[in-house]
Amino acid sequence: MTSLMIQPRRNWKKNIPRLIQYAVLTLIVIVVFVPIVMLVFSALKTRGEAMTNPYTLPIPPRWDNYINILSAPNFWMMLRNSLLVMAATTTGVVLVCSLAAFVFARMRFRSKDLLFNILTLGLMFPINIGILPVYLLIRDLHLPDTFLGVILVQTAFALSGNIMILRGFFLSIPMELEDASYIDGCTPFDFFWRILLPIAKPALAAVAALTMIVSWNDLLVPLVLINKETLWTLPLGTMQFQGQYGMDVSLVNAFVSLSALPTIIFYIFAERQIVAGMTAGAVKG
Amino acid sequence: METAADSGVAVKPRKAPLLTQKVQKNLTIFLFLVPAFALFLLFIVYPIFKSVYYSFFSWKGFGDPTDFIGLENFQQILKDKIFQKAVLNGLLIIALSLGIQLPLSLSLAIMVGRDLPGRAIFRMIFFLPYVISEVITAIAWMGLYNPDPTRGLFNAILTLIPGVEPVAWLGDMKVVMPALFVVLTWKFFGLHMLLFLAGLQGIPMEVEEAARIDGANGLQLIRFITLPMLGSTIRTSVYLSVLGSLQQFVLVWIMTKGGPVNASEVMATYMYRFGFVRFWYGYGSAVAIVMLLVSLVFSIGYLRIIRQPDFQGAE
Repeated sequence: MTSLMIQPRRNWKKNIPRLIQYAVLTLIVIVVFVPIVMLVFSALKTRGEAMTNPYTLPIPPRWDNYINILSAPNFWMMLRNSLLVMAATTTGVVLVCSLAAFVFARMRFRSKDLLFNILTLGLMFPINIGILPVYLLIRDLHLPDTFLGVILVQTAFALSGNIMILRGFFLSIPMELEDASYIDGCTPFDFFWRILLPIAKPALAAVAALTMIVSWNDLLVPLVLINKETLWTLPLGTMQFQGQYGMDVSLVNAFVSLSALPTIIFYIFAERQIVAGMTAGAVKG
Repeated sequence: METAADSGVAVKPRKAPLLTQKVQKNLTIFLFLVPAFALFLLFIVYPIFKSVYYSFFSWKGFGDPTDFIGLENFQQILKDKIFQKAVLNGLLIIALSLGIQLPLSLSLAIMVGRDLPGRAIFRMIFFLPYVISEVITAIAWMGLYNPDPTRGLFNAILTLIPGVEPVAWLGDMKVVMPALFVVLTWKFFGLHMLLFLAGLQGIPMEVEEAARIDGANGLQLIRFITLPMLGSTIRTSVYLSVLGSLQQFVLVWIMTKGGPVNASEVMATYMYRFGFVRFWYGYGSAVAIVMLLVSLVFSIGYLRIIRQPDFQGAE
């Protein structure tokens, strides 16, 4: 009886740290959203409104900036270019990495460790360091101003990390399964294609989601390899748009927030895969 | 699920001679590795060697490199005050990341913990900045940092205090690095928090319960149980944070172009300036080699020191 009466008071005291916890976390949530919300607020105002009251709620919302951008061909062209590069890079990365990861995880042969270690050294040479040497190579190959150049470079620089992630997943698949399949007359390719890949679907999804984000957001490779305006990807086009229309802040912010939208939608749906890929990649890498 | 093992009766065992099986295996290994290694050799290994070669030339982009100058590019890089500034800025970003960003991420991860109601939503929101592109991040923050209080939110808030002058966040040589660091923290704290959250998942509940029964309070729990058991995650985070800090490019380039007067120059913007603005390919290649060596020396040194299983792959 007594314990029942004391219970509520104890809970109330116990809840104070919880409240502080939520207060701090909510504050951080606000900090995360401020830059994004300010973009959208400004985009939903006319140029004049944005000058006179930049910080108020956009009431009534003015959709003109968004309509302007969506009714011009540029945005759609960049969206298409980004989608194309992303789709090709992701397909390439998943395919090439799962083949190599399979060999490193499940086959035994001489100099396997050496080859794998060489591959992991690629992590020391990320694209931010390699961009100039890679640009000179692409120039020699006559591939500037082509999607192929961008796709090949993005794929190559995604290899090391993703092979490591997939190898980790492939290693965790029980050996008995493989032995049984060989006894049944499967070739290594059969085992890979018909047994391993279907089991590893979640891992492949994680690698694909991660690669999609990286490719979609990449500025540096298109910036250096692409000149032609019709080939600009969304990040490159966004940067150029900001440079060109910088005076019309509302219009720029409308463009920027529109180009963020696909990422945010994708993130909401693929959060689990992205997080899984990220965590595995960091721990393995 | 039906596996090959279950359906053993249905699949006809092939009576392949041993040799064919061996050939088959080797062929698989070869064919499966060819795409990865072809790309790797062509786009990663070959450019490294090629840029070592270019780095010995004074080559300003016209024709082929012919003007061999030995190690002069490297001497010039190391003597250049601007490059020294870029290195110092890199070290500053590392220091601030390790001193502020990681502790912040760790505290948030501990707060979100394993069982806080709403955990999944907090995790999702905190990781959002990492997913948004650097271009968008840069432009959004340039808006907040606008020096004009009628346009930039930060100065609007700051000038509410009577007598306070607006700050040129990105235009003041003394303020620009801290201002950039705030953006870096906004973008990357979620990544580290995510890693710490994954690490926390790995700590068995029983250990914490046992400590609690023994009378440990919240802080003691964190100090003596949580932190030591997060050791390997913290080391991973430090490693990624240092390498990431040394390689920053897009955010800095869009927001300040390394300015004002080189105050926010970092190694990658320095390389970009010489390589792609001035077309000094020989000199730029030498900068790339220096950056590669810095990353390599740090990685090898760090991995030697901490030597532990979760870094095996990179060793």
